[in-house]
Amino acid sequence: MSLDLLTPEFLIERDRNRCIDCQVCVRQCANEAHSFDAEEEKVVSKDEKCVACQRCVVMCPTHALSIRRFPLEFRENALWTGRTIKDIYKQAATGGILSTGMGNDKPYPIYWDHMLLNASQVTNPSIDPLREPMELKTFIGRKPEKLEFKEGKLITKLPPRMELDVPILFSAMSFGSISLNAHKSLARASQQEGTFWNTGEGGLHKDLYQYGGNTIVQVASGRFGVDPEYLNAGAAIEIKIGQGAKPGIGGHLPGEKVNWEVSETRMIPEGTDAISPAPHHDIYSIEDLHQLIFSLKEATNYKKPVGVKIAAVHNVAAIASGIARAGADFITIDGFRGGTGSAPLRTRDSVGIPIELALAAVDTRLRDEGIRGLVSIISASSIRNSSDVVKAIALGADAVYIGTAALISLGCHMCQKCNTGKCNWGIATQDPNLTKRLNPEIGAERAANLIRAWKHEIKEMLGGMGINALESLRGNRLMLRGVWLSDRDLNILGIKAAGE
Amino acid sequence: MLLREGEIRIPSGCAISGIMNKKGQVFSGEDIIKSIALMHDRSNGLGGGFAAYGIYPEYAEHYAFHMFYDDVTAKEDVEHFFHLNFVVDGSDRVPTRKVKGIGSGPEVWRYFVKPKEEKLSELELSEDDFVARLVFEINDTIPGAFVVSSGKNMGAFKAVGYPEDVGEYYKLEEYKAYIWTAHGRFPTNTPGWWGGAHPFTLLDWSIVHNGEISSYGANKRYLEMFGYKLALQTDTEAITYCFDLLLRQHKVPLEVAVTALAAPFWSDIARMPEDQREAVTAIRNLYGPLLLNGPFSIILGSRKGMMALNDRVKLRSLVAATKGDFLYVSSEESGIREICPDPDTVWAPKGGEPVIGLLEGEETL
Amino acid sequence: MKRVYAKEEYCVGCRVCEVHCIVAHSDYKNDIVKAFKKQNPRPLPRILVEENRPISFALQCRHCEDAPCTKACITGAMQKDPETGVVTNEESRCVGCWTCILACPYGAISRNEQGKKVASKCDLCSDLGYTPACVKNCPNNALVFEER
Repeated sequence: MSLDLLTPEFLIERDRNRCIDCQVCVRQCANEAHSFDAEEEKVVSKDEKCVACQRCVVMCPTHALSIRRFPLEFRENALWTGRTIKDIYKQAATGGILSTGMGNDKPYPIYWDHMLLNASQVTNPSIDPLREPMELKTFIGRKPEKLEFKEGKLITKLPPRMELDVPILFSAMSFGSISLNAHKSLARASQQEGTFWNTGEGGLHKDLYQYGGNTIVQVASGRFGVDPEYLNAGAAIEIKIGQGAKPGIGGHLPGEKVNWEVSETRMIPEGTDAISPAPHHDIYSIEDLHQLIFSLKEATNYKKPVGVKIAAVHNVAAIASGIARAGADFITIDGFRGGTGSAPLRTRDSVGIPIELALAAVDTRLRDEGIRGLVSIISASSIRNSSDVVKAIALGADAVYIGTAALISLGCHMCQKCNTGKCNWGIATQDPNLTKRLNPEIGAERAANLIRAWKHEIKEMLGGMGINALESLRGNRLMLRGVWLSDRDLNILGIKAAGE
Repeated sequence: MLLREGEIRIPSGCAISGIMNKKGQVFSGEDIIKSIALMHDRSNGLGGGFAAYGIYPEYAEHYAFHMFYDDVTAKEDVEHFFHLNFVVDGSDRVPTRKVKGIGSGPEVWRYFVKPKEEKLSELELSEDDFVARLVFEINDTIPGAFVVSSGKNMGAFKAVGYPEDVGEYYKLEEYKAYIWTAHGRFPTNTPGWWGGAHPFTLLDWSIVHNGEISSYGANKRYLEMFGYKLALQTDTEAITYCFDLLLRQHKVPLEVAVTALAAPFWSDIARMPEDQREAVTAIRNLYGPLLLNGPFSIILGSRKGMMALNDRVKLRSLVAATKGDFLYVSSEESGIREICPDPDTVWAPKGGEPVIGLLEGEETL
Repeated sequence: MKRVYAKEEYCVGCRVCEVHCIVAHSDYKNDIVKAFKKQNPRPLPRILVEENRPISFALQCRHCEDAPCTKACITGAMQKDPETGVVTNEESRCVGCWTCILACPYGAISRNEQGKKVASKCDLCSDLGYTPACVKNCPNNALVFEER
């Protein structure tokens, strides 16, 4: 074997004054970065194995551990950074595509942080959510153009819809990419907080059919886990065309993650790779999508809203308009920072556009065409906190999906190793030694807490703006001002600059 | 340079008042001037105005256009435009008198017109839709021209100044109407533009309004989908179009429009009987973008009556009273007692609960 | 009575319970480092994680209603408190004959031969007057202290 040119990424620091050699770290590291040297009777570490998931740091009873970036520096070079060089070493060693987990981590502009919210002063009163009603109820689904009444009675029948107590849903993350306990946590949290979670493209485990009323079932190009029972189990159906982390390619689930439960749920043989085709092979054009939408509606007796999820790509506004006209009840737009269980690194980091611009462009386009009122828009990717939610809604989203933030609430530490299946937090793994680390009772509570905390914060911000119902914020771009944005950016976002 | 309405959004506080006779008996503008003058403190001299219904019985079936012209070119352009689209059966300068509190303003003219038949059939539009379209076009494309009002047998009179001075300026004591509404304005800066004063009108609709709507951006962008151009960027304009969309275009019952604009809370909806709950849920679901959020009290006038309405949590004052065939609404009770010292009933309407006055025989506004 | 119950499906086998059991039965109840480094001999954990990966769970005395260990004890050191129901070994009376270990159907008693030979077992942290240290410190709620 030739020399491996890779050097460790992280340095494990163990404070020997604090370490009691209890071996908790040894037992918790699936990457085997820690071991017990029986001869020396002490715990030792191997830096090169560490992925900085911080499981050992958090679990260490005496806080004897910390992880830092490995101090080895390449000679300073703005173009050939250490990361760039190491990527080449890896590919030179393996001849393979670089694979990674979680979303794009490159320093592209974060538009959320260049938009500021308004508040009332003097000319209209702010509203105190502790003392007055503050409504976040949100409907996702198709709406007719107008309501008709006959002798004072409503005669228009509204199409099926999802009703949310808070404009935040959990985004699609398949069973397979994440553990059953992670699914259970999100399903229970959704039920508790009056919102929805999304199965992703891996089917719905039979234990989770009981949460069907709060479940969006996804239909993707691999059709994993799709049968009539599945389609009818959820409250809504989402056709996944694309995903923000990897526009233009399908899902990847390595065979190692396909245990018997995943196999049963996905309806594929145990141990086989689950590679979804890049396109749906029955959708090569918009009219094909129209047919699939109506096939699914037909299969569910027109009782469930059917949405379509696309990655934010250059022509997203026109595509979204086509989707609306193809009969979708809601459109999910997933920006280029969206997370993933596994994606080719180059695709993740270089394909697609920021959600803020995509969302604004889609909302503007649908309004220009006079059809924005007919469909709902769910914005997905890179929502980090409640003010991002508020900004997304002011730009024009009906609701937002959160994926990464939800996983962080369950304990994810963003080590970006989901693709290895060795998630030490029991989230992005199917290893039974690891999945039991996520207790769904704790997970559900933490995910629900996050939603509740954000709900309170959204109410505070709404009240500050003098608004007591979320619909008055939706698309209300006057509530936003840009800082440090070009005229072109402001124009696309449809907002004024701060001070204007 | 200061920007005027249409170029910038200007918040303002205000006083409003309205009087109607349900039998359609006409009366002079003296009472409404007295009422709004009493609430002098609620205005700051930067805008006042009135809407009056029933003032042009001799032209009852004509659209009465009140126009502001900044210069002769604007007048020539508009008159040329009128002659292309309308049969003009009468026109004159709106009579005014010199008043100390009213500075120099635009030329004020009025025209009594009917749409040309061939234009209607060419465009396949109803008379109202045709006229509404032309109103937008004039305001949008002819510089220096502004349509003050465009309804039948009604007119709006407004200027920069205190409302009582505006009333005197336009000699409103000489007009007789069965509905009068009035407005005194307290904007937060000094645009000094007559067009920005209230009431705001479109066809028969007139709105006087006190408040600042936090939902303006959401309302505006929804209305734009239906072809409305919010040229003035004022709440009043947006509210007028909300009513126009719901009542005239979508033809929903008045109470549905009120439910959309000042919606009940979900907690109250949950307690409604099933039929009503379903309907109100549908209204909020569909017309949520029209919910007027934030403080307001408004008086909506039409040929068939008037309606006063508060925002759903009543963040602005509004008082109503009746006396015989008369209905009064005002920002303050004093504004009513000044002209009707001994009303039969006086009450403060709840937030979101409309006070509706319809002419005898009418079922909706 | 309230007992400690293990939820096998959430036990991650980290043995943090054992660490905290040792600390709770040391002289340094608020200092893990000192409990491990200063106290000699170090107390034994009275809770033991049994594992056959991926299955693992923490085992300790069940404080049986009709505790066989108390009947087997030849000196009367092992007693069940009639009020609290907690079974404890009074170490000053224990002679280290290990009869209790033979009698225990759960294997929850272990030998402590660090000084005077005594039987070591869970006392539900009775001295501390609060939730047993193992339950309090379990990172995944895999141990619960409750009435069943």
